[in-house]
Amino acid sequence: MPSDDTDNDRRRFLTAATVVVGAVGTVAVAVPFLSSWSPSARARTAGAPVVADISKLEPGQLVIVKWRGKPVWVVRRDEAALETLPEVTDQLRDPDSESSNQPVYATNEYRSRKPEYLIMEGICTHLGCSPTYQPEITADFQGGFFCPCHGSKFDFAGRVYKGVPAPLNLPVPPHYYMSDGVILIGEDGVA
Amino acid sequence: MSEDNNTKGLLGWIDARFPLSKMYDEHLGKYYAPKNFNFWYFFGSLALLVLVLQIVTGIFLTMHYKPDGDMAFKSVEHIMRDVDWGWLIRYLHSTGASAFFIVVYLHMFRALIYGSYQKPRELIWLFGMFIFLALMAEAFMGYLLHWGQMSYWGAQVIISLFGAVPIVGDELTLWIRGDFVVSDATLNRFFALHVVAVPIVLLMLVVMHIIALHEVGSNNPDGIDIKKTKDANGVPLDGIPFHPYYSVKDLVGVVVFLILFSVVVFFMPEMGGYFLEYANFVPANQFKTPEHIAPVWYFTPFYAILRAVPDKLLGVIAMFSAIVVLFLLPWFDRGKVRSIRYRSTSFKWLLAMLIVSFVGLGYLGALPSTGIRTLFAQIFSVGYFGFFVGLWFISKNEITKPVPERVQ
Repeated sequence: MPSDDTDNDRRRFLTAATVVVGAVGTVAVAVPFLSSWSPSARARTAGAPVVADISKLEPGQLVIVKWRGKPVWVVRRDEAALETLPEVTDQLRDPDSESSNQPVYATNEYRSRKPEYLIMEGICTHLGCSPTYQPEITADFQGGFFCPCHGSKFDFAGRVYKGVPAPLNLPVPPHYYMSDGVILIGEDGVA
Repeated sequence: MSEDNNTKGLLGWIDARFPLSKMYDEHLGKYYAPKNFNFWYFFGSLALLVLVLQIVTGIFLTMHYKPDGDMAFKSVEHIMRDVDWGWLIRYLHSTGASAFFIVVYLHMFRALIYGSYQKPRELIWLFGMFIFLALMAEAFMGYLLHWGQMSYWGAQVIISLFGAVPIVGDELTLWIRGDFVVSDATLNRFFALHVVAVPIVLLMLVVMHIIALHEVGSNNPDGIDIKKTKDANGVPLDGIPFHPYYSVKDLVGVVVFLILFSVVVFFMPEMGGYFLEYANFVPANQFKTPEHIAPVWYFTPFYAILRAVPDKLLGVIAMFSAIVVLFLLPWFDRGKVRSIRYRSTSFKWLLAMLIVSFVGLGYLGALPSTGIRTLFAQIFSVGYFGFFVGLWFISKNEITKPVPERVQ
């Protein structure tokens, strides 16, 4: 009940203090619940690096390696495929991979450590579909990858063409050669 | 209070402790609805019916379903083949999802043509829009539970939409999925949201929607305020009690609805791939994207808007804007006349444009995109948004016909 001797300042202070403490408490309680949605320890362990033997790959062949539940492609590009790379440059959105995701050692025209072998995540940068491999070089399409979901096109180095919905080149995961025919996907290795 | 209601016996005992008679009167027995309701007014009660159907069938499905990446698809097949009447319960639920959207879209269209969103019913419209939003979330998460190819890749695509958010996009999608790709973790949390969280929100919103409606009273096809003319007892002259008049009338709607619903459930539960997509009869495979990914029909108009924009972030913004403008409809319409019966010709043209655009987008969203289709999707997208912009311009000084004082 308000009366003449009500200390309004004190009342306002107590109300404000209660609200602030309550709000801090609510935020603190929300943290564990929201954090529980992050990838679990098990999911993160499953994201550990994987080893792949690529020595038996034929020229032009693509194999899929599972890393972090994602398809990672290993493609052994033949001469014809490599020759298309400089030819299509002016049709690409990000030919020099300036805004795309790849390790430093893959920031080149081939987007790989060795020109012959392309190691790349097979997940479209538009909405996460898995593009299909189009090894045939035709007059209409210089070969590469095509995403069936929304029609994004990529060249043999996973570089995105202009005028398609995908904004960036396909990402290259960290990887290194343990020996000539064996790669490890998930770590950069020693430089 | 018991004395106000003059109830005796058991009912009197309850009324002294809980406002049972009062609530009955407020919402059924003495809720006076305009006497000129037509065909379009069936869909509110039908939506309620479908909601109950979904909850009941859903509860029974959870008794046999396993939200586990390795078992989910098999458990759905188990329901279809091994559980007695399991096929019926599942088809009722899957057909119910599509029926829900048919009914809700028609219910929203009713509000559009009779101005049921206009002052003083803005909150009813907003609650309704939140129901629509919750329904879309419910349908999207429920669709993942089949754990078929289309479930999986549909979820992958929709969750990736959040990746378009600047800076935190990738972290956000990782948090939503709980893994680096859509996986068991995603399936499990979607299950929890689908069967517990969203239904609770949905029920609360439905209660608020109805309370708000009964506070201001129902609109009608003439858009007349029936509370302006009341008799000596304060009862609107053009109003009739919801029960028995509209409860009985709605029963007719229920019977017709159930006949059509049964035809689908028993003879065409997949509806030619529109209610249940064929690719979803193949178990989820994280390494193989289906040739053509299309959402279920009720999402296709918004999906077509997303695809019409050749830029990821702008496309996502356009798609979400398509929903946001619906929320803001009461403020886009600056007109005073509610019903299409008395509105201007320009309003009717705008509405026609909206219908053509929305249906056109829905049609295109289900097909693979090609150059000419993308062009049409862009034209229809402009038509869709054009309705709201156009409405804002024409409604200010709209030339309308005189609205009668009383229901004819």
